[in-house]
Amino acid sequence: MSSSQHYDVAIIGAGPAGLAAAATAAERGARVVCIDANDQPGGQFWRHRPEDTHPEDDGSLHHDWKTYLRLRAGFDAAAAVGSLCFYPGRQVWMAQREDNGFTLRTTASAQAGRAAPGPQTVRATQLVVCAGGYDRQLPVPGWDLPGVMAAGGIQAFIKANGMLPGKRFVVAGTGPFLLPVAANIAEAGGAVAAVCESADLTGWFPHLATAARVPAKALEGTEYAKSFLKHRIPYRTRTVVTEVLGSDRVQAVRTAKVDSHGRTVQGSERLIEDVDAVGFGWGFTAQMELPVALGAETRVDDDGSLVGVVDSQQHSSVPGLYLAGEVSGVGGAALAVVEGVIAGRAAAASTAAQSSAAESSAADVRLARKAGTYRAFARAMHLAHPVPAGWQDWLRPETTVCRCEEVTAGDIAAAKEHLCATDARTMKSMTRTGMGWCQGKVCGFAVSCLAGTEGASAESLRSVAKRPVSVPVTLSELLTLEDEQVLETTTDH
Amino acid sequence: MSHKINATFNDRPLTAEDGTTVGAALMTNGVTSWRNTRKEGRPRGLFCGIGVCFDCLVDVDGEPNQRACMVRLTEGMRINGAEPDTAEEEA
Repeated sequence: MSSSQHYDVAIIGAGPAGLAAAATAAERGARVVCIDANDQPGGQFWRHRPEDTHPEDDGSLHHDWKTYLRLRAGFDAAAAVGSLCFYPGRQVWMAQREDNGFTLRTTASAQAGRAAPGPQTVRATQLVVCAGGYDRQLPVPGWDLPGVMAAGGIQAFIKANGMLPGKRFVVAGTGPFLLPVAANIAEAGGAVAAVCESADLTGWFPHLATAARVPAKALEGTEYAKSFLKHRIPYRTRTVVTEVLGSDRVQAVRTAKVDSHGRTVQGSERLIEDVDAVGFGWGFTAQMELPVALGAETRVDDDGSLVGVVDSQQHSSVPGLYLAGEVSGVGGAALAVVEGVIAGRAAAASTAAQSSAAESSAADVRLARKAGTYRAFARAMHLAHPVPAGWQDWLRPETTVCRCEEVTAGDIAAAKEHLCATDARTMKSMTRTGMGWCQGKVCGFAVSCLAGTEGASAESLRSVAKRPVSVPVTLSELLTLEDEQVLETTTDH
Repeated sequence: MSHKINATFNDRPLTAEDGTTVGAALMTNGVTSWRNTRKEGRPRGLFCGIGVCFDCLVDVDGEPNQRACMVRLTEGMRINGAEPDTAEEEA
């Protein structure tokens, strides 16, 4: 049955970029559909308690909650008048480009509990992918113990549930994002034994002029400094966690100093005991499955992440496909909102019969300037917070790298040496890295680094992101593809 | 204020505030792992917390392989998973 509705613009994701894109496109007269994996809008950045049980979120755990409320008001207003159709709790598992636009196949995020209803197939002339990203991970001995989580996962847990996934935490990795995670833990009543930042913050000095041009509201750091002082959170720079210890859950971590070349310093090890939760985050990986599946041109950004190539209108190399937020370069929520507005305007304009060129140009210039400022800041951040060059030194042969298929660093080293597995794709064939449930989303970056000789190559990262089916679906859902083709063929003749 | 939801984990009572996910309900009831890996039998629980890693898979109301971080706890829900202490216990 091809009863799917056809929209002018489809938006994937309802985080900062998606909310902005959807509200903007609908405001400008487009018929918009928005699909998001979560039960309610906000994305990871503005994830909040369920609105049915906690309708009055005061935004105390959030940064720039006012912007969220403003975007949400526009989003809800568009939904109220019927120019925006929102399908929460559903994920797009396949996207295809056809003559008159895009076909999206969706599935419920959960098959149990309150499985979200929605159309299996959605069609639209223009597509804006605002899929966001998730914490990038580096394997470390013991990181598969229960109690170890992605730093963003700890924050999501707190924001969504109002509770903590542990009592005494260590937050480790690199980047300014570690600060709000630690602050959220402390404000929710948890103890933070240490925040371990691998970078030496002097990396910011060459970029201070760039950073100073960013409006204060984008600079989260200053707020968190206060929180760190209040809760006495130790912030240790040039420090990494080299091992997580415990039998059936986290009990302690071992830390070490790293030198200016990112290599661990012998004899600098310290043990932090009585820890029951650890959060790791090494920057972010953009959710690139759908853009890659649609054939969008990609590049490796300053942070080493694979992102989509876009023009000044957030338009990708694929006609009608726009990318906004992390998928066009990891840069945080403030940049994502601006990119969402730009993409929403452009997508709506290309479907509209009338054009309002004169009115647009001044606003276009203003938006472009704003995006440029935020991007310069993001670049400074990426350069100041690199993945430490010596991270592979922490691995032992028995350290798990691919969590799903339980492939160890030793397995990978052996395949590289004896089986010429020098890229992520060959490594997958030889060792099963990235072949499990997550399809390499978690280990893809690390495996690309381990297989290669100089970091993760673009080719490896592209092969990791190449997933025609972007989330696991049931066989019956795959069969709907077949049924529909048969039905469409029969109706044609 | 929201009310309490009553569910079960491996037939034992599991109570949590309305609005929590299955993963959060398990964690706050002292269950930190509910799956053992296929090869090594290692315990796993929440990791990415946002639906990406599939480490937190659990059986909910007879539906296998549900992401505990994505499913919201509802009244009478039957959750089944590996007991936390069954991994590599008999050494």
